[in-house]
Amino acid sequence: MDLLVVVQLLDSMLRLSAPLLFACLAGLYSERAGIFDIGLEGKLLASAFFSAAFAAITGSVWLGMAAGITASVLLALIHGVASITFRGNQLISGVAINFLASGLTALIGQNWFKIGGRTPSLSGDARFLPVDLPFASALADVPIIGPLYSDLISGHTILVYVGLLAVPTTWWILFRTRFGLRLRAVGENPEAVDTGGISVTRLRYQATLICGLLCGLGGAYLATGMAAGFIKDMSAGKGFMALAALIFAKWRPGYALYACLLFGLLEAIAIRYQSIQIAGVGTVPVQFMQALPYILTIIILAGFVGKAIPPRAGGVPYVKER
Amino acid sequence: MNKLPKWVDVALIPFINLVLALLVSGLVVLWIGENPLHAMQIIVQGSLGSAYGLGYTLYYTTNFVFTGLAVAVAFQARMFNIGGEGQALLGGVGVAIICLGVNWPHWLLALPAAIVAGALFGAGWSLIPAYLQAKRGSHIVITTIMFNFIAYSLMVYLLVNHFKPAGEMAPESAAFVAGSHLPSGHEALGWLGINFPKSPPVNVSFIVALIACVLVWLLIWRTRLGYAIRAFGLSETAASYAGISSFRIIMVSMLISGALAGLMAVNSVMGEAERLLIDSVQGAGFVGIAVALMGRSHPLGVLLAALLFGLLYQGGAELEFELPSVTREMIVVIQGLVILFTGALENMVRLPVENYFIRRKAGN
Repeated sequence: MDLLVVVQLLDSMLRLSAPLLFACLAGLYSERAGIFDIGLEGKLLASAFFSAAFAAITGSVWLGMAAGITASVLLALIHGVASITFRGNQLISGVAINFLASGLTALIGQNWFKIGGRTPSLSGDARFLPVDLPFASALADVPIIGPLYSDLISGHTILVYVGLLAVPTTWWILFRTRFGLRLRAVGENPEAVDTGGISVTRLRYQATLICGLLCGLGGAYLATGMAAGFIKDMSAGKGFMALAALIFAKWRPGYALYACLLFGLLEAIAIRYQSIQIAGVGTVPVQFMQALPYILTIIILAGFVGKAIPPRAGGVPYVKER
Repeated sequence: MNKLPKWVDVALIPFINLVLALLVSGLVVLWIGENPLHAMQIIVQGSLGSAYGLGYTLYYTTNFVFTGLAVAVAFQARMFNIGGEGQALLGGVGVAIICLGVNWPHWLLALPAAIVAGALFGAGWSLIPAYLQAKRGSHIVITTIMFNFIAYSLMVYLLVNHFKPAGEMAPESAAFVAGSHLPSGHEALGWLGINFPKSPPVNVSFIVALIACVLVWLLIWRTRLGYAIRAFGLSETAASYAGISSFRIIMVSMLISGALAGLMAVNSVMGEAERLLIDSVQGAGFVGIAVALMGRSHPLGVLLAALLFGLLYQGGAELEFELPSVTREMIVVIQGLVILFTGALENMVRLPVENYFIRRKAGN
């Protein structure tokens, strides 16, 4: 394997892990606040559709992204109303949101554009285009550093960089601000937060809305950055893989980045090679590579490689004492 | 706490939830620019209005009875088995091995073997999630989701590398042996002298589904094990004080759940496709969630809810045909809304209804 192949693999790893990263951080905020969210998939999909649809209609990718985020936040609000206000089952609410998103995007897509549930192909200002970082072309010819900087680090869409920056930002918010402390507390011990005179409901809604916002960014990237338009069910399980990454990362922002990069790399390898020869093992089928993120997560969940302990109050609706 | 009259709990509240879900679906249809009442008429006409439509409706119903019972049995032990999709896929592998491997002389011999194989493979796919939940406390929802995705990959691998006949392009198995052909509605009703159209895929598996409903009812409400499962579901701590082993209940309820999901393959793989296809489940595992929620995890409720969804699936296909602007996905929207209103937003209806009945009682 020469440097060029490695750079290409890592480059597609970055692209493929960006939507996972957004969804994973989204889940991180929600679950840290005690709200399980298996509706990440639905929110990604809804945002992907509405961002592509509005980008196609208005010709502006930014308006598209705003529409995508709005759709995702609205679904997050439904989840909030069901699981916080009406203390419903958060898992069931997540399942419902996934169905709503999958059905509505295909239905509305066919109704608006009449091309089998797709949106028209996006080009120009209706898409997020690669950004060249400063000196990228100047450094391109320098050995080793050139390809690493110009091909790998530079030349992604703006949302990839936003996603990468969201990792330290999330860490800072969760572990260095008062809001973050309270957010984590509400996922571990909401009674204590309530006793302290802080509204559990308000904090959990805030976490849910941040979750909606981040999923919105992830969906916008899927349809207007990574691809040039929306196709039916294009999120293709990325929301669930993000959930797996979240467990893999044990609900920590830094590990979340590593988990998403690892899953992105596995995907990149699976796309590039149909089967892989490993000395002494034989041929590894591509389907195994595709299933590997889930298998790894099961192993982590089984507790054989360090135990993943979720936030203590996760999934439990908070009932104020009377 | 004041108890609600039973009919309110099992009939009125699910009914209000369903009406709300249909109302919102109606608004969606209206927004698309079609008349919701007209759409409703097409659905009912297309699914119940002809023997042909009914045959398809009952075929879908059979699938949803199995997946619905699967979710319902797990719900009784307060386990949320979201892995029906993967368990049904694997059930298909078991059924396919039986129907390809043995040259069956008669379907009456092939059917019991396929039932055992489908159930075993379905249960096998829920074994690891069940064990991890029972022994390690790994959340069953997460592990069963992961196992769904692993099942999709495994399915592609098995079809491409093992089941696909050499020289064929499509990732599907060879046709099953003739002796494993299950009598369709046309043939079975023909014995009784009733003329039923040939094309609908409904088959004798429907009877198997009805028997499964009765057996699940007997198991849950008439056996010691069923009592233990329900006690565990209501209160894990109380059950463990009564000497009920949580490990045993989680394992048993999840294995039964997986077996029921696997049985779906008898209908879809053996009864309809008569070969193993890449996606023989087509979301029925998830419909089971809506069915179990609507049916209040009771076999009779599951049967009725499965019939409702069977009707929606068949009617939805007709809908797309008649009103091109309302695509099949409308059914997925309705399904999502049913899950939302009967599952997640249940308290939105339940609390006001409870208050109304409590106040009325106090007034007397």
